[in-house]
Amino acid sequence: MERTAPQSTTDPTPDTPMAHQAGMPRLHKVIFAILLAFLIVLPFLVYPVFAMKVMCFALFAAAFNLLLGFGGLLSFGHAAYFGGASYVAAHAAKVWGLTPELAVLCGTLAAGVLGLAIGFLAIRRQGIYFAMVTLAFAQMVYFFSLQAPFTGGEDGIQSVPRGDLFGLIPLEDNVALYFFVLAVTFAGILFLYRIVHSPFGQVLKAIRENEPRAISLGYNVARYKLMVFVLSATFAGLAGALKSQVFQLSSLTDVHWAMSGEVVLMTLLGGMGTIFGPLVGAAIIVTMQNYLATFGAWVTIIQGVIFVIGVLLFREGIVGVISRWIKRPL
Amino acid sequence: MLKKLALSTAVGALAAGSALAQDIDVKLGVLNDRSGTYADLSGEGSAVATRMAVEDFGAAEKGMNVEVISADHQNKPDVGSNIARQWYDVDGVNAIVDVPTSSVALAVADITAEANGVLLDSGAGSTSLTRDQCQPTTVHWTYDTAALANGTGGAVTNAGGEKWFFLTADYAFGHSLEENTMAVVEENGGEVVGNVRHPFPSQDFSSFLLQAQGSGADVIGLANAGGDTVNAIKQASEFGITQAGQSLAALLMFVTDVHSLGTQTAQGLNLTEAFYWDQNDATREWSARFEEEMGSKPTMVHAGAYSATMAYLAAVEELGSAEDGRAVVAKMREMDIDDPLFGKVTVRGDGRAIHDMYLFEVKSPDESEGEWDLYNEISTISGEDAFLPMLDECDFSKS
Repeated sequence: MERTAPQSTTDPTPDTPMAHQAGMPRLHKVIFAILLAFLIVLPFLVYPVFAMKVMCFALFAAAFNLLLGFGGLLSFGHAAYFGGASYVAAHAAKVWGLTPELAVLCGTLAAGVLGLAIGFLAIRRQGIYFAMVTLAFAQMVYFFSLQAPFTGGEDGIQSVPRGDLFGLIPLEDNVALYFFVLAVTFAGILFLYRIVHSPFGQVLKAIRENEPRAISLGYNVARYKLMVFVLSATFAGLAGALKSQVFQLSSLTDVHWAMSGEVVLMTLLGGMGTIFGPLVGAAIIVTMQNYLATFGAWVTIIQGVIFVIGVLLFREGIVGVISRWIKRPL
Repeated sequence: MLKKLALSTAVGALAAGSALAQDIDVKLGVLNDRSGTYADLSGEGSAVATRMAVEDFGAAEKGMNVEVISADHQNKPDVGSNIARQWYDVDGVNAIVDVPTSSVALAVADITAEANGVLLDSGAGSTSLTRDQCQPTTVHWTYDTAALANGTGGAVTNAGGEKWFFLTADYAFGHSLEENTMAVVEENGGEVVGNVRHPFPSQDFSSFLLQAQGSGADVIGLANAGGDTVNAIKQASEFGITQAGQSLAALLMFVTDVHSLGTQTAQGLNLTEAFYWDQNDATREWSARFEEEMGSKPTMVHAGAYSATMAYLAAVEELGSAEDGRAVVAKMREMDIDDPLFGKVTVRGDGRAIHDMYLFEVKSPDESEGEWDLYNEISTISGEDAFLPMLDECDFSKS
């Protein structure tokens, strides 16, 4: 891989079309390898908790992008799965005393079930109605979280123990936890990549491009939509569950509609419908929130300005623009 | 009074045998909401107040290098805890000041205990900070919801407002505020004639206010916060509720809220605060200096950030180091603090700062002589009566 790396990144002409190639295109392999190498040294360069936060949001945005970028469905309620899973995982780790991997699994499954229930109803509508239905359900989850006794209301669930991975490896140390989060996130993103490039993913893209034609070709469109909805919700839940372990807390912020908006912003800024776009978008937004925190009110203003610039100048998002320049899908 | 504080600490310093020419590095981080709902009542004002405390303490003359940094937690616990961790682990911050929003404050309290720093909380109201989630490194300085409920509930009932009706935000915070206040009202011989729960957040309070009006209560207790309280007061004013003889009691409100409502709308409202700028010469002098920098009068949260920092620096000076957060807080518990803004203050074993609270009534437009001339002081509630008793398991002074 290393030998071919410079060749494939500098070569301006596209080689054989991606769709006909078996497995992962070389360029993507190289990018994933560089990304992994970068992420392995990252905790020694920046603060690990910050790096973990970026990864959680990258996975969240990638999961959201599966639904929006590849399924063509704009959900405005993804905070429900992210936050819902974070509550369940925090509760599982704190009250039931489960080990981190089981707590994360509980949260992820809960998000999947929630996604199934909401998705089953939401996919019956399209466009803005779909977005509004998902938002409405997400608000219901928010109010549930506000009222339910186990979520602690506006105090949230605090001091969640990090515990021992598999009951063996203590995760108290930030770097140890970092590699757990890295492994899970990276596997999650590779899995999402696999879904996108599977026959299932091809059908999704067909539905996104032209739904009536997909129906006329004999595909059960509703089933595909529901599946991608559940998958997206599950991975959003995985991200939320991880986040609750990283920060040792779970709060209303995670289920608030603003979180649903943030993930849309990350995905659009990075590049909707690209593999690496959501990761870039998440990294940019989280970095801004973190390093601009000293500027107070300016954070939201700068975020807004960047979004406006993005919409006006590069609507495909950052990675979308790069992808257009090098004439390869990213 | 400043001198007294300085004197007491100087005596302590002599007793501890530490030299004045020592070189102590202290880094304070002011972490609060600088862009959202609490930006006015905490925000930059708390950073200004903290810097004023460093200056007034005379840190530089005492050989202490005190640096104050600040950041916006955006009312998000993850952002807040990330900053707090980074401050302790990377930037070498010794104490974090202010931290409104209970979810963020509780998260920061945990991290502070882990990092052996100090949390000087002024902005948050949650009693959990010194109860079920108490930490040996937490000092909860200014107020908590129980003290507000106790103050307003007890004092208003004793002042003749015996029949209460509650207008309560329908979530955990509102419920606990209502419950606390109800208990206090009944303890003081009052009677609760009814209550109504409104959705959170709510724009339209008309039907709830009509119920309250028809209930025959003397006092309508507003067990809600922020925008809900402001909306309820505005609409109550439109209905002429206070003019008709019923009074309103806000259970969580700040001077900045009253200032933005204006005396016309808020007149006659009862509320409890730990500090008001126009209480005595010391508070007026300090508030005038604060206003020069900020352009507005300080809230009790700002005053709390100032006073907590003063007490913290005194403890650090006495110890000769800010490294061990547990030791600094233990020292703070031992000190008799005579603060220019809060008067006599003691820090209890659980980190709760005990000081007097005051019941105020908002002036009518005729009485008010200026933009910030807002309150009449009705009564003083002693610290022992205002705050909840200490839980045994939270008494860190024993070990």
